[in-house]
Amino acid sequence: MAVQFDLVSPERRLASVQATEVQIPGAEGDLTAMAGHAPTITTMRPGILKAVSAEGTKAYIVTGGFAEITATGVSVLAERAVPVEEATPALMESLVAEVRDAASGSEDKDAADKVVADMMAVRTAIGQ
Amino acid sequence: MPSLKDLKNRIGSVKNTRKITKAMQMVAAAKLRRAQDAAVQARPYAERMNAVMAGLASGVGQSSSAPRLLAGTGRDQVHLLIVMTAERGLCGGFNSSIARLARVKANELLAAGKTVKILTVGKKGREQLKRDLSQHFVGHVDLTEVKRIGYANAQGIARDVLARFDANEFDVATLFYNRFQSVISQIPTAQQIIPAKFEGDASTALYDYEPSEEAILTDLLPRGVATQIFTALLENGASEQGARMSAMDNATRNAGDMINKLTIQYNRSRQAAITKELIEIISGAEAL
Repeated sequence: MAVQFDLVSPERRLASVQATEVQIPGAEGDLTAMAGHAPTITTMRPGILKAVSAEGTKAYIVTGGFAEITATGVSVLAERAVPVEEATPALMESLVAEVRDAASGSEDKDAADKVVADMMAVRTAIGQ
Repeated sequence: MPSLKDLKNRIGSVKNTRKITKAMQMVAAAKLRRAQDAAVQARPYAERMNAVMAGLASGVGQSSSAPRLLAGTGRDQVHLLIVMTAERGLCGGFNSSIARLARVKANELLAAGKTVKILTVGKKGREQLKRDLSQHFVGHVDLTEVKRIGYANAQGIARDVLARFDANEFDVATLFYNRFQSVISQIPTAQQIIPAKFEGDASTALYDYEPSEEAILTDLLPRGVATQIFTALLENGASEQGARMSAMDNATRNAGDMINKLTIQYNRSRQAAITKELIEIISGAEAL
């Protein structure tokens, strides 16, 4: 059983494949969506999104957005999504700066700090 | 009666004009294709976004705890008009039609005793509205340097608008832009973005929300504003190129007609001159 996985950014569709499972960095913890998952809408924290399909595992760095999960499909709407293999130190730097910039505007200090920390964790996770 | 030389110069200059308009038309056609592609690529995101928000809004919308971006400030006194036009001219009635729609709306609101604030995107609209509405201008976004409209541009505008909303500078925000219909038809559109309004029926599928519905909605609404602005920018970009393409097509055709007319006039004058000369020679010979 597979689910239809769509990853879209405001500018274009980044991926549209049949995936067996999708690992999503949800705002309240990671979750994995597989076929037959209960319909869920969750916001995302900065993290790594993984889609496992017949062609292998594709990982993307996302800086936020939300995911809509149904029994037959997962649509992820991310403002920025970059395939992990395309991440360069310079790009990571700009992503971190972007997140920090966006967080600095928010009133909720704790939430802002958490978002920045999450982004830093992503950077560490992919080893840059 | 212009001399032969004058006519010849005239034909030459019209031919040059035709070359320029033809080139502009072809450039616009190429840009139009790119702009349309961008608009199509952006559609899935906007559609999903809209569907999810419409679903959420129908659930949360009525409660008193609804976010301000959805419920509004409860007043209807200060209106922000975001007028999107092109940075360049020579695109037929494209800029004027948006400016006209915005002006009508502004005058309507002013007549009803409301306060009007205008944020212009693109300098052509600013120039047109400057004459009678310049005292209502609150800001301007310049996209002259932007070659290809990206989401970042829309985010910039959205951030500005949201900051103004948070500072209680306005109650209602409306976007003015041209919706792309086809190359020959663009529809000037006014779209209210704050408080948020959703088209279409809300999908009533039952979802689990994580975190709560309110929290998601609070997170999504500002993104929704940016998405709507982005969609409008793209539609406007495609419309601009479409309008320019048809305007330049007309100009090229007109120049062609004009060249034909001038050429006929030129040939006639030349013939007349030759005939006159012949008559002079013959009558001279007969006189002897």
